[in-house]
Amino acid sequence: MSGPVIEVRDLRKTYGSGDTAVHALRGLNLTVGRGEYLAIMGASGSGKSTLLNILGCLDVPTSGSYLLDGIDTAEFDESRLSLLRNRKIGFVFQSFNLIPRTTALANVELPLVYAGVKRAERRERAHAALELVGLLDRAHHAPNELSGGQQQRVAIARALVTSPAMVLADEPTGNLDTASSREVLGILDRLNAIGRTVVLITHEDEVAEHASRTVRVVDGQVAEVLV
Amino acid sequence: MRLLEIGVFAVRGVTANKLRSTLTTLGILIGVASVILLIAVGNGASTAVQQSIAGLGTNILTISPQRGTPQSASSAKPLTVADATALADRTEAPDVKSASPVSSVAATASFQGTSYSVPQFVGTDPAYFETTNSAVANGNLFTADDVLQARKVVVLGATVATSLFPSTDPVGNAVLVNNIPFTVIGVLATKGSSGLQDSDDLAVSPLTTVQNALTGYGGLTQIVVQATSADSLPAAQAQATTILNGRHRIGAGQTADYRMLSQEQLLTARTATTDTFTVLLASVAAISLLVGGIGITNIMLVTVTERIREIGIRKAVGAPKSTILGQFLLEATMLSLFGGALGVAAGVIGSQFTIAGIKPVVVPSSVLLAFAVSALIGLFFGSYPASRAASLRPIEALRHE
Ligand SMILES: Nc1ncnc2c1ncn2[C@@H]1O[C@H](COP(=O)(O)OP(=O)(O)OP(=O)(O)O)[C@@H](O)[C@H]1O
Ligand SMILES: [Mg+2]
Repeated sequence: MSGPVIEVRDLRKTYGSGDTAVHALRGLNLTVGRGEYLAIMGASGSGKSTLLNILGCLDVPTSGSYLLDGIDTAEFDESRLSLLRNRKIGFVFQSFNLIPRTTALANVELPLVYAGVKRAERRERAHAALELVGLLDRAHHAPNELSGGQQQRVAIARALVTSPAMVLADEPTGNLDTASSREVLGILDRLNAIGRTVVLITHEDEVAEHASRTVRVVDGQVAEVLV
Repeated sequence: MRLLEIGVFAVRGVTANKLRSTLTTLGILIGVASVILLIAVGNGASTAVQQSIAGLGTNILTISPQRGTPQSASSAKPLTVADATALADRTEAPDVKSASPVSSVAATASFQGTSYSVPQFVGTDPAYFETTNSAVANGNLFTADDVLQARKVVVLGATVATSLFPSTDPVGNAVLVNNIPFTVIGVLATKGSSGLQDSDDLAVSPLTTVQNALTGYGGLTQIVVQATSADSLPAAQAQATTILNGRHRIGAGQTADYRMLSQEQLLTARTATTDTFTVLLASVAAISLLVGGIGITNIMLVTVTERIREIGIRKAVGAPKSTILGQFLLEATMLSLFGGALGVAAGVIGSQFTIAGIKPVVVPSSVLLAFAVSALIGLFFGSYPASRAASLRPIEALRHE
């Protein structure tokens, strides 16, 4: 497989219908190569999150095609989609989305459990992922006992624990201070360095500078490609 | 993904939010316990009524004079002691065990200034006590010899005894009945009330004494006949009819000058009461099941709605729908079974106490019904919303408020 990981053609997403319909994506085209580090920028409400959710197979487009590794995702059934989300994609949410009242370790282990990985190996890999984000000492803390930056790092550890081919991050540094942002970006940089495809959404130019390529979304379309 | 892992998730889900799980368990517990307890109380009340009816005896015939039959106004014969003796004849009436002549009257009894009007001052023979299931609680019953000698002795019913002797032991004391002194020789054990009538509100003396002192030697009020067993009651009734018709010269087709009623006929008349109780019981069961069911539904819906975001997170990291469903089904099962078991325990323990004067009697089928219905409701409303949520796209579940 040498083609692009992501190939999006004429992607449209409409929320609601009739007079109140919101056209979040209006015929968007995008190609992301293997091992690329892409930053998506754009004004608030321009459709960035909508796009990333579709790329992460968390949502489906109204029309248009999304080819993942050359295969149209519209052909996948529900069980195939959960398999994709589990094995191929690591998703980092702006609002962390950790399971409450559950330790950091258990949260990181979660995708491995659904992947059917044995207990001992699961422990080991979850520990390694937490170590990578520098939170091994917080393994047994619940999310409400962690700072925002620490929660985001746990979420990143969860996204990368399955060694997915691509990591999608929606404003991963949006809620973090400069120091925490730097740590989180450092982790993403290292992931990209070992060959993972990284796509992140950001409002900050300094963050976008980490990427090898930046696209700007305006009104649900890719307006210009900045290099 | 093995079953064990789903089990671990379910246990974690239950233990992660202890307050939520406790409330859910409590909801089911209250539902199950209230159904069991309410039905037990209803059943206890119905059992009490039935027992007091059965306490009257099912092998009894009561013969009383028929008053006001037009054609027999002149020829009507009163019931006599001789009639009673004839009814007890072994060869003529082999199925009759005993026949007690009864002459009863309302009388005023007094002791040391306290007076009490006894609605039934009964004069009879000793067999009467066995026939009416009356046991002595204190002292003695009178004997055949007392009847022969017409001794002025009396056995008091519990109500009469407590009214006249609130603090002292009545046995050995003399009470004045219509100003005639009677020695109290015993007190009957309480039988409770059957319907409106208090069966402890009476006093019993030898027939001869009562006739001597109070009623005179006219006709009897009643003859109480006891058959040898409940099964031989129809035979005893036939024999008694033949004997009395012979003695009172009543030919075929003529109206008798006496009335014969079996306790069974009285029982049939009172089945209406029992039917009312059954209907009451059924409505109590239905209402408590409904109330319990709504409570369980409520808590389960709240619990699952609260966790739709969690379902979204699990889907986002690649959980298949079936696994999520399994976890929530298992959680609902654990809480329902646990809450149900505690509810059964609470209901059964609660039924050991007397509630509002009624001793509850647990109906085994109500335990099963309450447990099954609650568990099913818990299971359904614990897993159905979860299955709806698991069918959503991850992003929809995550956005759920
Ligand atoms: N579930 C939804 N229902 C209706 N409209 C929606 C929904 N989600 C998003 N939208 C609308 O779609 C448009 C694009 O939203 P989106 O979240 O993709 O923007 P964004 O570029 O990520 O903005 P931000 O930078 O503020 O995160 C917005 O106008 C938004 O109001
Ligand atoms: Mg957004």
